[in-house]
Amino acid sequence: MRVLYFAWVRQKVGIAEEEIAPPAEVRDVAALVRWLAGRSPAHAAAFADPKQLRAAVNQDFAPPDHPVAANDEVAFFPPVTGG
Amino acid sequence: MARVLVQEAPFDMGAETAALSAGRTDVGGIASFLGVCRGDDGLAAMVLEHYPGMTGRAIGRIVADAEARWPLTGCTVIHRVGRILPGEPIVLVLTASAHRAAALEACAFLIDWLKTKAPFWKREEFAAGSHRWVEARAEDDAAAARWATPGA
Repeated sequence: MRVLYFAWVRQKVGIAEEEIAPPAEVRDVAALVRWLAGRSPAHAAAFADPKQLRAAVNQDFAPPDHPVAANDEVAFFPPVTGG
Repeated sequence: MARVLVQEAPFDMGAETAALSAGRTDVGGIASFLGVCRGDDGLAAMVLEHYPGMTGRAIGRIVADAEARWPLTGCTVIHRVGRILPGEPIVLVLTASAHRAAALEACAFLIDWLKTKAPFWKREEFAAGSHRWVEARAEDDAAAARWATPGA
Protein backbone atom coordinates (compact mmCIF):
# COMPACT_ATOMS: atom_id res chain seq x y z
CA MET A 1 0.00 0.00 0.00
CA ARG A 2 1.30 3.41 -0.95
CA VAL A 3 0.51 6.23 1.48
CA LEU A 4 0.93 9.92 0.60
CA TYR A 5 0.90 12.91 2.95
CA PHE A 6 0.17 16.53 2.08
CA ALA A 7 0.39 19.98 3.71
CA TRP A 8 0.85 19.92 7.52
CA VAL A 9 0.27 16.17 7.65
CA ARG A 10 3.40 15.74 5.49
CA GLN A 11 5.34 18.18 7.67
CA LYS A 12 4.35 16.41 10.88
CA VAL A 13 5.04 12.89 9.58
CA GLY A 14 8.31 14.16 8.09
CA ILE A 15 8.01 12.34 4.75
CA ALA A 16 5.86 12.81 1.65
CA GLU A 17 5.08 9.13 1.03
CA GLU A 18 5.87 5.61 2.14
CA GLU A 19 5.18 2.00 1.23
CA ILE A 20 3.46 0.12 4.05
CA ALA A 21 2.11 -3.36 4.66
CA PRO A 22 -0.53 -3.09 7.38
CA PRO A 23 -1.97 -6.28 8.89
CA ALA A 24 -5.11 -7.83 7.43
CA GLU A 25 -7.37 -6.41 10.13
CA VAL A 26 -6.73 -2.88 8.80
CA ARG A 27 -9.68 -2.84 6.44
CA ASP A 28 -10.78 0.78 6.24
CA VAL A 29 -9.48 4.34 6.38
CA ALA A 30 -10.27 4.77 10.08
CA ALA A 31 -8.38 1.59 11.00
CA LEU A 32 -5.46 2.68 8.84
CA VAL A 33 -5.31 6.01 10.70
CA ARG A 34 -5.12 4.17 14.03
CA TRP A 35 -2.43 1.81 12.71
CA LEU A 36 -0.34 4.61 11.16
CA ALA A 37 -0.49 6.60 14.43
CA GLY A 38 1.46 3.78 16.09
CA ARG A 39 4.35 3.79 13.62
CA SER A 40 6.40 6.61 15.19
CA PRO A 41 6.04 9.67 17.44
CA ALA A 42 5.88 11.81 14.29
CA HIS A 43 3.03 9.72 12.89
CA ALA A 44 1.30 9.90 16.28
CA ALA A 45 1.48 13.70 16.19
CA ALA A 46 0.14 13.88 12.63
CA PHE A 47 -2.73 11.49 13.30
CA ALA A 48 -3.55 12.64 16.85
CA ASP A 49 -6.90 14.20 15.87
CA PRO A 50 -8.59 12.24 13.05
CA LYS A 51 -11.31 14.91 12.81
CA GLN A 52 -8.70 17.31 11.39
CA LEU A 53 -7.79 14.83 8.63
CA ARG A 54 -9.27 14.07 5.25
CA ALA A 55 -8.40 11.06 3.09
CA ALA A 56 -8.42 9.92 -0.50
CA VAL A 57 -8.31 6.32 -1.70
CA ASN A 58 -7.02 5.85 -5.24
CA GLN A 59 -7.30 9.60 -5.78
CA ASP A 60 -10.94 10.01 -4.78
CA PHE A 61 -12.05 11.55 -1.48
CA ALA A 62 -12.93 8.77 0.94
CA PRO A 63 -14.82 8.76 4.29
CA PRO A 64 -13.43 6.93 7.37
CA ASP A 65 -15.42 3.77 6.63
CA HIS A 66 -14.08 3.49 3.06
CA PRO A 67 -12.27 0.15 2.54
CA VAL A 68 -8.53 0.00 1.90
CA ALA A 69 -6.62 -2.86 0.25
CA ALA A 70 -3.01 -3.84 -0.37
CA ASN A 71 -2.60 -2.20 -3.78
CA ASP A 72 -4.40 1.05 -2.96
CA GLU A 73 -2.92 4.53 -2.98
CA VAL A 74 -4.14 6.26 0.18
CA ALA A 75 -3.54 9.96 0.86
CA PHE A 76 -3.99 11.94 4.09
CA PHE A 77 -4.26 15.72 4.26
CA PRO A 78 -6.05 18.60 6.02
CA PRO A 79 -9.34 19.99 4.65
CA VAL A 80 -8.60 21.58 1.27
CA THR A 81 -8.00 25.35 0.97
CA GLY A 82 -7.58 26.07 -2.73
CA GLY A 83 -9.43 28.50 -4.98
CA MET B 1 -14.51 20.79 -24.29
CA ALA B 2 -13.43 22.35 -21.01
CA ARG B 3 -9.89 23.65 -20.63
CA VAL B 4 -8.37 22.68 -17.25
CA LEU B 5 -4.83 23.65 -16.32
CA VAL B 6 -2.80 23.39 -13.10
CA GLN B 7 0.43 25.30 -13.50
CA GLU B 8 3.05 27.44 -11.77
CA ALA B 9 3.14 30.07 -14.51
CA PRO B 10 0.86 33.12 -14.60
CA PHE B 11 -1.96 33.09 -17.16
CA ASP B 12 -3.35 35.59 -19.65
CA MET B 13 -6.97 36.25 -18.69
CA GLY B 14 -7.62 38.32 -21.83
CA ALA B 15 -6.38 35.63 -24.18
CA GLU B 16 -8.25 32.91 -22.27
CA THR B 17 -11.48 34.93 -22.43
CA ALA B 18 -11.11 35.67 -26.15
CA ALA B 19 -10.54 31.99 -26.89
CA LEU B 20 -14.00 31.08 -25.58
CA SER B 21 -15.80 33.04 -28.31
CA ALA B 22 -13.20 32.87 -31.09
CA GLY B 23 -14.59 31.53 -34.35
CA ARG B 24 -18.14 30.98 -33.08
CA THR B 25 -21.35 33.01 -32.91
CA ASP B 26 -23.39 31.03 -30.35
CA VAL B 27 -21.79 32.59 -27.26
CA GLY B 28 -23.94 35.27 -25.62
CA GLY B 29 -21.97 35.82 -22.43
CA ILE B 30 -18.77 34.90 -20.64
CA ALA B 31 -18.61 35.07 -16.85
CA SER B 32 -15.33 35.18 -14.99
CA PHE B 33 -13.85 34.79 -11.53
CA LEU B 34 -10.24 35.79 -10.96
CA GLY B 35 -8.87 34.89 -7.54
CA VAL B 36 -6.03 37.18 -6.41
CA CYS B 37 -3.54 36.75 -3.57
CA ARG B 38 -4.27 39.29 -0.79
CA GLY B 39 -1.42 40.73 1.26
CA ASP B 40 -3.12 40.61 4.69
CA ASP B 41 -1.10 40.77 7.93
CA GLY B 42 2.30 41.26 6.31
CA LEU B 43 1.97 38.29 3.99
CA ALA B 44 5.15 37.86 1.90
CA ALA B 45 3.94 34.99 -0.28
CA MET B 46 1.35 32.24 -0.58
CA VAL B 47 2.64 28.75 -1.37
CA LEU B 48 0.10 26.44 -2.99
CA GLU B 49 0.59 22.69 -2.76
CA HIS B 50 -1.57 20.10 -4.50
CA TYR B 51 -1.98 16.35 -5.01
CA PRO B 52 -0.78 16.01 -8.61
CA GLY B 53 -2.28 12.55 -9.19
CA MET B 54 -5.72 13.68 -8.07
CA THR B 55 -6.05 17.37 -8.92
CA GLY B 56 -6.84 17.05 -12.61
CA ARG B 57 -9.45 14.35 -12.02
CA ALA B 58 -11.07 16.28 -9.18
CA ILE B 59 -11.35 19.47 -11.24
CA GLY B 60 -12.54 17.48 -14.25
CA ARG B 61 -15.35 16.00 -12.18
CA ILE B 62 -16.39 19.45 -10.90
CA VAL B 63 -16.37 20.83 -14.45
CA ALA B 64 -18.40 17.86 -15.73
CA ASP B 65 -20.95 18.55 -12.99
CA ALA B 66 -21.20 22.20 -14.10
CA GLU B 67 -21.61 21.16 -17.73
CA ALA B 68 -24.42 18.78 -16.72
CA ARG B 69 -26.26 21.52 -14.81
CA TRP B 70 -25.91 24.47 -17.21
CA PRO B 71 -25.82 24.71 -21.02
CA LEU B 72 -22.24 25.95 -21.37
CA THR B 73 -20.57 26.53 -24.71
CA GLY B 74 -17.15 26.60 -23.06
CA CYS B 75 -15.41 26.52 -19.70
CA THR B 76 -11.86 27.27 -18.55
CA VAL B 77 -10.34 26.57 -15.11
CA ILE B 78 -6.71 27.50 -14.44
CA HIS B 79 -5.31 27.03 -10.93
CA ARG B 80 -1.78 28.07 -10.10
CA VAL B 81 0.48 26.19 -7.68
CA GLY B 82 3.84 27.05 -6.14
CA ARG B 83 4.88 30.42 -4.73
CA ILE B 84 2.50 33.32 -5.43
CA LEU B 85 3.09 36.93 -4.36
CA PRO B 86 0.46 39.37 -3.04
CA GLY B 87 -1.35 40.98 -5.96
CA GLU B 88 -0.75 38.03 -8.27
CA PRO B 89 -3.61 35.93 -9.66
CA ILE B 90 -4.14 32.44 -8.19
CA VAL B 91 -7.14 30.99 -9.99
CA LEU B 92 -9.23 31.75 -13.08
CA VAL B 93 -12.71 30.41 -13.83
CA LEU B 94 -14.39 31.30 -17.13
CA THR B 95 -17.79 30.07 -18.25
CA ALA B 96 -19.41 30.81 -21.60
CA SER B 97 -23.03 30.27 -22.55
CA ALA B 98 -25.74 31.58 -24.87
CA HIS B 99 -27.29 33.49 -21.97
CA ARG B 100 -25.92 35.25 -18.91
CA ALA B 101 -27.73 33.36 -16.15
CA ALA B 102 -26.14 30.03 -17.04
CA ALA B 103 -22.67 31.59 -17.34
CA LEU B 104 -22.92 33.52 -14.04
CA GLU B 105 -24.38 30.63 -12.04
CA ALA B 106 -21.93 28.07 -13.42
CA CYS B 107 -19.00 30.37 -12.64
CA ALA B 108 -20.12 30.82 -9.01
CA PHE B 109 -20.70 27.08 -8.69
CA LEU B 110 -17.26 26.24 -10.05
CA ILE B 111 -15.32 28.50 -7.70
CA ASP B 112 -17.41 27.40 -4.69
CA TRP B 113 -16.72 23.75 -5.45
CA LEU B 114 -13.07 24.29 -6.37
CA LYS B 115 -12.54 25.72 -2.89
CA THR B 116 -14.01 22.69 -1.15
CA LYS B 117 -13.57 19.70 -3.50
CA ALA B 118 -10.17 20.06 -5.18
CA PRO B 119 -6.95 18.96 -3.40
CA PHE B 120 -5.08 22.24 -2.97
CA TRP B 121 -3.56 23.60 0.25
CA LYS B 122 -2.36 27.15 0.92
CA ARG B 123 0.55 28.02 3.19
CA GLU B 124 1.13 31.65 4.11
CA GLU B 125 4.69 32.95 4.42
CA PHE B 126 5.30 36.14 6.39
CA ALA B 127 8.04 38.75 6.11
CA ALA B 128 9.42 37.83 9.55
CA GLY B 129 10.06 34.27 8.30
CA SER B 130 7.17 32.51 9.98
CA HIS B 131 4.55 30.55 8.09
CA ARG B 132 1.16 28.96 8.71
CA TRP B 133 -1.21 26.67 6.84
CA VAL B 134 -4.47 28.31 5.87
CA GLU B 135 -7.42 26.67 7.65
CA ALA B 136 -10.58 25.67 5.84
CA ARG B 137 -13.44 28.12 6.42
CA ALA B 138 -16.98 27.18 7.38
CA GLU B 139 -18.24 29.92 5.04
CA ASP B 140 -16.65 28.09 2.10
CA ASP B 141 -18.40 24.86 3.08
CA ALA B 142 -21.70 26.74 3.37
CA ALA B 143 -21.18 28.38 -0.04
CA ALA B 144 -20.49 24.99 -1.62
CA ALA B 145 -23.45 23.36 0.15
CA ARG B 146 -25.97 25.71 -1.46
CA TRP B 147 -25.31 23.96 -4.79
CA ALA B 148 -26.03 20.49 -3.40
CA THR B 149 -28.88 18.68 -5.06
CA PRO B 150 -31.33 16.41 -3.23
CA GLY B 151 -30.02 12.87 -3.30
CA ALA B 152 -26.58 13.92 -4.53
